[in-house]
Amino acid sequence: MTDATMTVDAPETVIDVHHLTKSFGGRKVVDDLSMSVKKGRIHGFLGPNGSGKTTTIRMLCGLLTPDSGDGTCLGFDILTESDRIRRRVGYMTQKFSLYQDLSIRENLEFVARVYGLADPRGKASAAIERLGLKGREKQLAGELSGGWKQRLALGACILPEPALLLLDEPTAGVDPKARRDFWNEIHALAAGGLSVLVSTHYMDEAERCHEIAYIAYGKLLAEGTVDEVIAGTGLVTFTVSGPDVHHLQAELENQPGIDMIAPFGTSLHVAGRDAEALEKAIAPYREKPGLKWEKGEPTLEDAFIDLMRRSEDNFR
Amino acid sequence: MTTAPRSTNGNGGSFGRFWAMTVKEFIQMTRDRITLATMVMLPIMQLFLFGFAINTTPHNLPTAVLMRENSDVGRSILAALKNTDFFEVKTVVTRAEDMDALLQSGDALFVVEIPEGFERSLRRGDSPSLLVAADATDPVAASSALGALSGIIATALENDRQVAFAEPVKPAFQIVQHRRYNPAGSSTLNIVPGLLGTILTMTLLIFTALSVTREVERGTMENLLSMPIKPLEIMLGKIAPYVLIGLIQALVIIGVGILVFRVPILGDPLSLAAATSLFVVTNLSIGYTFSTVAANQLQAMQMAMMFFLPNILLSGFMFPFAGMPNWAQWIGEALPLTHYIRIVRAVMLKGASIETLAYDTLALAGLMAVAMLIAVRRFRRTLD
Repeated sequence: MTDATMTVDAPETVIDVHHLTKSFGGRKVVDDLSMSVKKGRIHGFLGPNGSGKTTTIRMLCGLLTPDSGDGTCLGFDILTESDRIRRRVGYMTQKFSLYQDLSIRENLEFVARVYGLADPRGKASAAIERLGLKGREKQLAGELSGGWKQRLALGACILPEPALLLLDEPTAGVDPKARRDFWNEIHALAAGGLSVLVSTHYMDEAERCHEIAYIAYGKLLAEGTVDEVIAGTGLVTFTVSGPDVHHLQAELENQPGIDMIAPFGTSLHVAGRDAEALEKAIAPYREKPGLKWEKGEPTLEDAFIDLMRRSEDNFR
Repeated sequence: MTTAPRSTNGNGGSFGRFWAMTVKEFIQMTRDRITLATMVMLPIMQLFLFGFAINTTPHNLPTAVLMRENSDVGRSILAALKNTDFFEVKTVVTRAEDMDALLQSGDALFVVEIPEGFERSLRRGDSPSLLVAADATDPVAASSALGALSGIIATALENDRQVAFAEPVKPAFQIVQHRRYNPAGSSTLNIVPGLLGTILTMTLLIFTALSVTREVERGTMENLLSMPIKPLEIMLGKIAPYVLIGLIQALVIIGVGILVFRVPILGDPLSLAAATSLFVVTNLSIGYTFSTVAANQLQAMQMAMMFFLPNILLSGFMFPFAGMPNWAQWIGEALPLTHYIRIVRAVMLKGASIETLAYDTLALAGLMAVAMLIAVRRFRRTLD
C-alpha cells in the first residue's frame, strides 16, 4: 500500500487547464472551464447533451484551438505543443472513426505505422489476441457489432501505449455486459499507470470513476470524488414509498423547500438544500396512511438532477 | 514519468507515416471494385468513342442541288457530287423557295445552285458564279466541306469534255502543301495523344478530389487528425497509390493507340513516360487541393468538373490553341493539359525529346508545386 500512499502524496497532474473558452457561431460552448486530472486516475466527465464535453476533450488533444485560456496536457502546452500531445494521447471518438472498409488487422497495422511503432504486424497480432478477436482479424471493421467496434476502437487507442486516454462517451449504445467488460479494462489500464478522462451519461459508470467533473452549459459546476460532489450539493433527501406516489409528486412539486423531486419505481426521492424548510414542506404528508417516509442519503443521480435544474434556472 | 518518444522526428518516422497512409489508401482503393473497374474501362471506352465515332472530317452531309437550268454541265456537277462520300445528294429542286425551306428544316446542310445560263457563260469564258449555301450553324462541318467542294466541281468540269475552256489561265503562283507529321491528315492521330491527357485529367482529378472529403464525411478525419501525422505525409500518402493507377491508364491508352489506331511513338518512350508521370502527379495534386477546400464530396466533384471543362476547351485538345484570343491562351497556359498535350504530340508524332520541351515540362512541374503548396497550407489540422 506504500505505492498508493505515494500517489496520494504527490499526484502528478496530467491535465491542467485554466479558463478554457470556445465559441461556435457566437454561442459559448465551453465557458471559462478549468480542470485538472491526476496521473493514474479515472476522471469521469459528466453533463447533459450539448454541455461542451466533446469540445473540451477536443481542445485537450489539439483538435480544437481554444478562443482563450491555456494549460498543459501531459506537461505539454495545449496551444503550442499539440504535436507532442498527439503522440502520447489516445483519443477515442464518440462515433466509430476507424476505417470501416479496412479489416481489423489492417486498421491496427495502420495505427501502429502512423505512430512509428517497431514491427507493426507483430503489434497488431498482439492487440488482436488481447482483444479476443483471433480468427476474425480479416473481418471488415464496418461489419462488427457495436460492442466489438468499441473494443476495437479502444484496442487501437492503447496500441501506441499512450500516457493518457481521452474517451468520448465510449459506451454509448453498448450492451451492459460489454460495458462492464469495458470498465474492467479501463480500471486495469489505470492500475498500470494510465490516466483516463472519460465522458459518460451513465450514473453507474460515474460511480466507477475515481473523480468526476460535472459540466453544464459549458461551465464546470462540480468536481471531486463522488462523495464530495454529493456532499457539495448540500442536499437532504427523503425517500417516500407508497401506492400513489405519482399523485404525491404532483402535489409536492413547486412547494417551497423542495428543490428536487424524482420518481424511482414505486418510490419518490424528495430533496432540498434547506433541511428545515424541507421538513416543513413534507410535514403534512408524513402521517398520511400508506406512505412510508425514510430519511436517506442523496444519490449521485439526485445530485446531478439538482445540478442540472439549478443550471437551467441560471441560464434561462 | 512521461513516456519516452517512441519515434524520432527524422526521415524514417516521416516516411513510416507516409507509408502507413499509402498502404491504407491502396487497400481502400482495391476494395472498391466498381471504381477500380471503371478506372480501367473508362479509358478504353473513351478511346473507342473518340477514335471511331468522332471525326472532324465529315462524311455524307445531306445536300440539295438547285437546278435553274437543265444543262450537261449541271448534270456532270450533280454526278460528281454524288460520287464523293462528302456529300449525299438528297433532292434536286428547281425553285429558290424550296432551297430555303430545305436549309431551314435541316433536311439539307448544303445547297448547290446552278444558275440560269451557267453553261453558256462558262463556254464563253465569263467565269460565272456558282452559289453554295451552307448551314453554318456547325462551322467545323461547313468549312471543311466547303473546302472540298471547289475541288470536286473543278474536277467535274475538267473531265467534262463538252466544256471547252477558253484559254486556261495559269495562276501567278502555286501553293504546295506539305502535311508534316500526319500526312494523311487523320484526326485519330491527333486525338489519341490528346485523349491520353484528357482521360488522365478527368479520372485522376476525381480520385483525389474525393479523398479528404470522404474522410470528413465518414467521420474518420477526427481520428486521423488526433494522430501524429502531418499534412504533407497525408497528402503524399493519398496521392501515391493513384500514381500507379494513372500510369496503368496511360499504358492502356497508349497501347490501344498503337495497336488499334496505329499511332506511332516516334520520340523517346522514356521521355513520354517521364512527362506522363509528372502530369499524373500534377493532376492528383490539383484534385487533392480541391479536396482540402471543399466541404463535402459533392462540392469536390463539382470543383473537379469546373476545372475539367476549361482543360478540355482551352488546352488545344478540341480547338486549335493558336486560334484562341489572348486571354483564353493565358488561361490555357495555366492548365496542365495544355502543356501535356504539346509534349505528347511532339514526342509521339514529331519525335521530339523532353529536352526540347523544357518550357512545357517546367510549366507542369510548376503547376504541381503550386497545387501541393496550396493543399498543404489549406489542410486544417484542427476541426475549428
